Amino acid sequence: MLTHPDELRVRIWRGDAGGGEMAAYRAPRLPNQTVLDVVTWIQRHQAPDLSYRFSCRVGMCGSCAMTVNGAPRWTCRTHVKEVARNRRDGQLELAPLRNLPVVKDLVCDMADFFRKWRQAEGRFRGGRGRFDAVSAVTAADPHRAAADAAIECINCAVCYAACDVVAWNPGYLGPAALNRAWTLVNDARDTAQSRRLRAIADAGGGCQHCHSQHHCAQYCPVQLSPAHSIAGLKRRVGRAVLRGEL
Amino acid sequence: MLSPRLFIAQRVTALLLAPFVLGHLAGIICAVHGGLDAAEILARTRGNPWLAAFYQLFVVLAAFHAAIGVRVICAEFSRGRLREIHLDIIATGVGLTLLCMGGFAVVAVVV
Repeated sequence: MLTHPDELRVRIWRGDAGGGEMAAYRAPRLPNQTVLDVVTWIQRHQAPDLSYRFSCRVGMCGSCAMTVNGAPRWTCRTHVKEVARNRRDGQLELAPLRNLPVVKDLVCDMADFFRKWRQAEGRFRGGRGRFDAVSAVTAADPHRAAADAAIECINCAVCYAACDVVAWNPGYLGPAALNRAWTLVNDARDTAQSRRLRAIADAGGGCQHCHSQHHCAQYCPVQLSPAHSIAGLKRRVGRAVLRGEL
Repeated sequence: MLSPRLFIAQRVTALLLAPFVLGHLAGIICAVHGGLDAAEILARTRGNPWLAAFYQLFVVLAAFHAAIGVRVICAEFSRGRLREIHLDIIATGVGLTLLCMGGFAVVAVVV
């Protein structure tokens, strides 16, 4: 089928938890348009019942991630020309993120993703109150530097969708939760380290299940390396086992 | 599915196996380059206690390492459907099979 040069052919997965199929749309091809722009145009002009998530549109909130031409991406910062040129037909194919249950169309149920984040003890637990002195943590501290390298996660679930281990082992905590745990393992102010160590070494889905395939790092839109964080957690777990703490 | 202890056991056995694999390969290359046939190789290996200890330890490490690895592969291929007891049975079976086969091979070459 011939496509007008100013026209973009888009296929979008439409359906719900019970199943679905790809539906074809056409949208105007504009300079510097993002994938999210295209989805929004289609919803406004062709498919008002199309469901998708977005909020900030500037790569801060992490809510607009989808599978774009087979790869998980944040759609608000992904330019159409970047992804469409990888296909001979210049077509866009959009689907919900992998490894998460579908609610409707491009919307996934993120409950499991955030449950695992909590399960990995991703919550900071401090021991000081408002009347205590502030902890002295310098930027040069190597633990702080390790935490800083992993702290900018926007919880978009792109790494979780890219991870084959999550696909194979539904109990695996996943790159985002473990990356978060790594930032807290390196936080000198946190008081729940032994509890966190048990959580990240969980026999059902702990860090030791990672195969170091680095898909998380390859697709992370903010260029973090959860695989690197998980390697650090593995070393920490290894030391704990050898010391008899686990 | 993979306890921290099994994870460390697999890492440690992998670490220990590396020099054994290199030693084994070096032995094969030396024997082939020396132009030895099977009878000449067996004449040199028979009754050598160091070779027996080397290969027996190699077999034990490989049996542990492979059993843990196969356990993980089965768990992931079954997508969590196999229970721990099933995985333990499979891993123990693989480990014991390798241990027996390797043990017989060592006896055949050294005794």
